[in-house]
Amino acid sequence: MIRDLTIEAAYIAASVMFILGLRSLTRPDAARRGMQQAAIGMVLAIAGTLVNHHIVEYQWIIAGLALGTLIGYPLGMFVPMTAMPQRIAISHMFGAVAATLVGVAEYYNAFHGGEPLGAARMTALGFEVLFGSLTITGSFMAFGKLQEILPGRPITFKGQNAVNITLFACTFGMFLYLIFHPENATLFYVMIGMALVIGISMVMPIGGADMPVVVSLLNSYAGLASSATGFAIGNNVLIIAGALDGASGFLLSILMSKAMNRSFANVLFGAFGSPVVSSGKTAIGLTAQSISAEDAALRLAYASKVIVVPGYGMAVAQSQHVVRELAELIEKRGGEVKYAIHPVAGRMPGHMNVLLAEAHVPYDRLYDMEEINGEFALADVALVIGANDVVNPAARNDPGSPIYGMPILNVDQAKSVIVLKRSMNAGFAGIENELFYDPKTSMLFGDAKTSLSKLVSEVKNV
Amino acid sequence: MSFIAVTELYVFILAAFVGYQVITRVPPLLHTPLMSATNAISGISLVGSLVAAGSHETRVSTILGFIAVTTATINVVGGFLITDRMLKMFKREPKPEPKLELKK
Repeated sequence: MIRDLTIEAAYIAASVMFILGLRSLTRPDAARRGMQQAAIGMVLAIAGTLVNHHIVEYQWIIAGLALGTLIGYPLGMFVPMTAMPQRIAISHMFGAVAATLVGVAEYYNAFHGGEPLGAARMTALGFEVLFGSLTITGSFMAFGKLQEILPGRPITFKGQNAVNITLFACTFGMFLYLIFHPENATLFYVMIGMALVIGISMVMPIGGADMPVVVSLLNSYAGLASSATGFAIGNNVLIIAGALDGASGFLLSILMSKAMNRSFANVLFGAFGSPVVSSGKTAIGLTAQSISAEDAALRLAYASKVIVVPGYGMAVAQSQHVVRELAELIEKRGGEVKYAIHPVAGRMPGHMNVLLAEAHVPYDRLYDMEEINGEFALADVALVIGANDVVNPAARNDPGSPIYGMPILNVDQAKSVIVLKRSMNAGFAGIENELFYDPKTSMLFGDAKTSLSKLVSEVKNV
Repeated sequence: MSFIAVTELYVFILAAFVGYQVITRVPPLLHTPLMSATNAISGISLVGSLVAAGSHETRVSTILGFIAVTTATINVVGGFLITDRMLKMFKREPKPEPKLELKK
């Protein structure tokens, strides 16, 4: 009795600490301590579970904890910030594996001497393994695309949506049948197999630029799987933590889809990232002006206000440190430097912020799209580093463009624009960007890091 | 049984509501740490995995439980460490420093 009360107290404390930990993330200066408290909450929950009277042997637990720590420690300490999107994608997979396997174990036990399954518990188990298994394969696909093991472009075929809907309907039908006939083990395992296939087919048609939505959505599913585990084994701390995770991922995917001007329904039913049929405009007859590093450096050196617009290209070239160096030089000469961050710049929510923070850019210099869009008109130079679709004016003025309606950074309103880009190839969405042909835009071609280093040494010489 | 399920549903809905309210206020600046933080927190499925691995009901559940304990621990350990590493990087502009330089 006292033991049970202690366990419940540990769980309640853990739940409160998780919520407070997440709340601390609303303030960057309080966030670190808040999350450390959440970690203590986790330790409490684990310690509480270990004294549970159901647990009679510890060798497998110790082995699992040791092995998990051995793998988790390097994944936490040594993965570079540039690899964060794939790191997060794969961790959704780990969470989903745990939830799914616990579900399978529960199901198996129920027919091998355990407590028999009622409809309510079967429903919870069903949700657990369904969310779990589609997150396993979905996250693995996302990881593969982000790590570039799999091709990053969308893989599509004719009738894909019909196939997906059929798959989905069949799986759901099996689930409904199982609620009333839980003893049909074959069907249970077939259902898991189908959910694994759904995970693959869901992420397959999605291109790299749409990854922020997918990664957030998988975050939500992983949380819901944990929550369902809580329902299945009657554990409130699991339900609460899973619900927090689910809500967070859900909210992020809504924010991300808004930032890409896609409806959330569009996202939920996996139709996102549908192939771009034809681009709105072609670049025929237009020429882009290129600029030398010396000229670009001169312009930056004498600018009084510079807005840096980072994109995925900055992450690829790992050039965030050189960006900061350049910004410091400009500031030393009396110019002001701000950073404009588009919500979907990069491959996951907040990607650019993390990279720039890693490069020791103070976070009060990083501005959200709404905060900074009005300031572009006052900027002498907008320095676009490897960003494309998020600065494409076609989103505002070309109804034929696939990204029409997407909120963008108003880079084209700056007095002049310097774009750092590897080549004239179209961006991830495969759309021409008329900003690059604007008379006040100058293109500085080359790898972002090399170009920025040149700019740094040139600005020093001015 | 059904009464318990209803209580659990309350817990779920309230937690999701609280989560939604709290997380709407997280600035986009910290969206990546938010993801890794929720990831670490969802490592709570470790609690379920521990019971599966240690309750000695069937061999199958012990083995599945062991794998689940491993993957959930990866998320707990890796998730909290990486969140801390990220949050450590977010620093405000050092304001007092220029004053110190003036004194010199």
